[in-house]
Amino acid sequence: MKLTPYNNASTAAITKRALVIGGGIAGMQASLDIADAGYEVVLVEREPSIGGHMIQLSETFPTLDCSQCIMTPKMVEVSQHPNIRLMTYCEVEDVTGDVGQFDVRIRKKAAYVDREKCTGCGLCVEKCPTKVPSEFDLSLGKRKVIYVPFPQAVPPKPVIDAENCRFLTSGKCGVCKKVCEVEAVDFEQTDTMIEERVGAIVVATGYDLYAKEKVAEYGYGRYPDVISGLEFERLNSASGPTTGEIRRPSDGKVPREVVFIQCVGSRDREKGVPYCSRICCMYAAKHAMLYKHKVPDGQAYVFYMDIRADGKGYEEFVQRGVEEDGTLYLRGRVSRVFQHGDKIVVWGVDTLAGKKTEIAADMVVLATAVVPAAGSRKLAKALDIVTDEYGFYTEAHLKAHSVESGKPGILLAGCGQSPKDIPDTVAQAGCAASKVTALFSASEVGGSLLDLPMRFTASKSLRE
Amino acid sequence: MKIHYYPGCTLKVTATQFESSAIASAQALGVEMLELQRWNCCGTVYSLANDDLIRQLAPIRNLIRVRNENGNAVTTLCSMCLNTLKSANLLINENPEKKRTINAFMDEEEDYDGGVEVVHLLEILRDRVGFEEVRGKVTQPLSGLRASPYYGCLLLRPEEIGIDRAESPTILEDLLKSMSAEPIDSPYKAECCGSYQTVDKADLVIEKTRDIVSWAARNKAQCIVVSCPLCFFNLDERQKDLAERESGTALLPVFYFTQLLALALGLGAEVCGFQKHVIDPRPLLSSKGFI
Repeated sequence: MKLTPYNNASTAAITKRALVIGGGIAGMQASLDIADAGYEVVLVEREPSIGGHMIQLSETFPTLDCSQCIMTPKMVEVSQHPNIRLMTYCEVEDVTGDVGQFDVRIRKKAAYVDREKCTGCGLCVEKCPTKVPSEFDLSLGKRKVIYVPFPQAVPPKPVIDAENCRFLTSGKCGVCKKVCEVEAVDFEQTDTMIEERVGAIVVATGYDLYAKEKVAEYGYGRYPDVISGLEFERLNSASGPTTGEIRRPSDGKVPREVVFIQCVGSRDREKGVPYCSRICCMYAAKHAMLYKHKVPDGQAYVFYMDIRADGKGYEEFVQRGVEEDGTLYLRGRVSRVFQHGDKIVVWGVDTLAGKKTEIAADMVVLATAVVPAAGSRKLAKALDIVTDEYGFYTEAHLKAHSVESGKPGILLAGCGQSPKDIPDTVAQAGCAASKVTALFSASEVGGSLLDLPMRFTASKSLRE
Repeated sequence: MKIHYYPGCTLKVTATQFESSAIASAQALGVEMLELQRWNCCGTVYSLANDDLIRQLAPIRNLIRVRNENGNAVTTLCSMCLNTLKSANLLINENPEKKRTINAFMDEEEDYDGGVEVVHLLEILRDRVGFEEVRGKVTQPLSGLRASPYYGCLLLRPEEIGIDRAESPTILEDLLKSMSAEPIDSPYKAECCGSYQTVDKADLVIEKTRDIVSWAARNKAQCIVVSCPLCFFNLDERQKDLAERESGTALLPVFYFTQLLALALGLGAEVCGFQKHVIDPRPLLSSKGFI
């Protein structure tokens, strides 16, 4: 098979090796699918471990199966797959070339630990004297300065947070180095650049949540008991800072009334983003349910605009929450959230009853909008692909080419393209992987295989 | 610095203490407020016709007066005036066609170019003088005074013309802190006071007043601080009505921010017109040793 490549070169050979950027569920799934098809994969993850946001979740809707139970075996599989080269704590800096022949520059960030030598014994972490807020627990818990982000991390090798390290900031301490039996701690380590040639790229960089300071009227960032949905996931996780007990951050009390507020930032053309974040209706239903399972005499309220439960088993799940777990849904928006004594008072409107409502809650959980992961625009620039006005990667055609970026050989998967739930993410990642393997099964870059004319046109028009 | 000053009607009648304390305080901070030689009603209670142009005539004419006196900026104290002038300015600058129509209508005046900046005195204090500078000029710190700032609606909304974040403003708090007073937070601080409903639905305004004042009292505020004459009237006058109706209601004095500022700057009670208040603030002030 051989057709004219888009860049007018006569033909081009294909490096049958893929780069996957991002080690969340999307990137892991894409990597496994490509690797299982017999091709090499370089999986780059900027955090010290793969797992992404999904490994932070407690149970998942609508089946309530434990996220770690799904993720942990997959993470191990990724790390042990003979075709996958896992590069954690690395970031893609620059990409040149075209489909079939991309040259990628990857920054391997200084971990101050030789992660090849390290055996993962954990002694250094145990002995490290400094504690700082844990990113993995969204600052609800603490971690050491030399740290593995969470116990099931892959690889289970620590990195040193240079900003907070006593030795790296003041030259004192160095306990981790002293206790390391294999001499893996290396304070002299610096960032290094690695070059890789690949034939195709899957971009799976995921999402962040809408910034705290943008939702001031809900007191987020001001009152410790006003938290985000992701923070609630950590409170609810057996591996989390409260070992799975629902205790509010301010004083550790078990909250008797919890208010969930939907569409915080999402679907808000005036002050937030106009789009729907797609996962919040379901995770709020799940949160309310899980909360009730753990606090049987508690009451969960959900302020919502409308309930979007459009996946398989989703509507049934929401109904179950209402009927079996007594989740009280209030259709309407919240105008203000404020601290009064040890209560968090929520003022809202119940538009079905036509009344203003006030709830003196113990904790408030905000479904803050899904936004593209920090750095998405910068990466898009390096890859020469397009983002929309919010920073989500733009697909070549929303319907006909929904996993292709505008640039041949660069595929999209997961929330970096648009907000989506886990089933959709996994499906899209598998689709992106199949496009990569289809490309790799050709001998040379060709037109019909990639449907280049259409994609090329789309890419051009999008850029203009 | 010198800046043109548009008073508006209320400042000359019911809120003279706001004006006198504002002018004196500004002066002490090096800001000379020059009252416009000619001005008319800001336009806030003008036509309620569907046509959104006719009601812009009054504010635009006032802005033309500023231009006539070679001004680039004008300050005002009343939230209604600020809102009306700023809204008209925004409308004109965003709609060149409406600007033309309005200018064509006003044949006695020169055309308005849309270039006069409308700023509230609070903005001048924050952005041009600076609260640190204010702190440095304070000779009578208001230490131990627990005050509940109340913004009302028009100072903050709509967002395009508000002087601070509509949902979580802090400008009054910051000013109070610069005078060593102790601001307390209130969820009611940016709620509506009931506004002109006070004319024929006093009960409604009494309810709003109860919410605002009782929160402040429960949180041990000793007074309420406002910047809008209508908020002042509603909270002061209607609080008395509330107290007559419900015994045991705490009576919290209401201040214009400029009155506290004048005291803090050592300008004395003379410029503050405290005798005009329904709820006399002087016992509180003398108990604190501020007067």
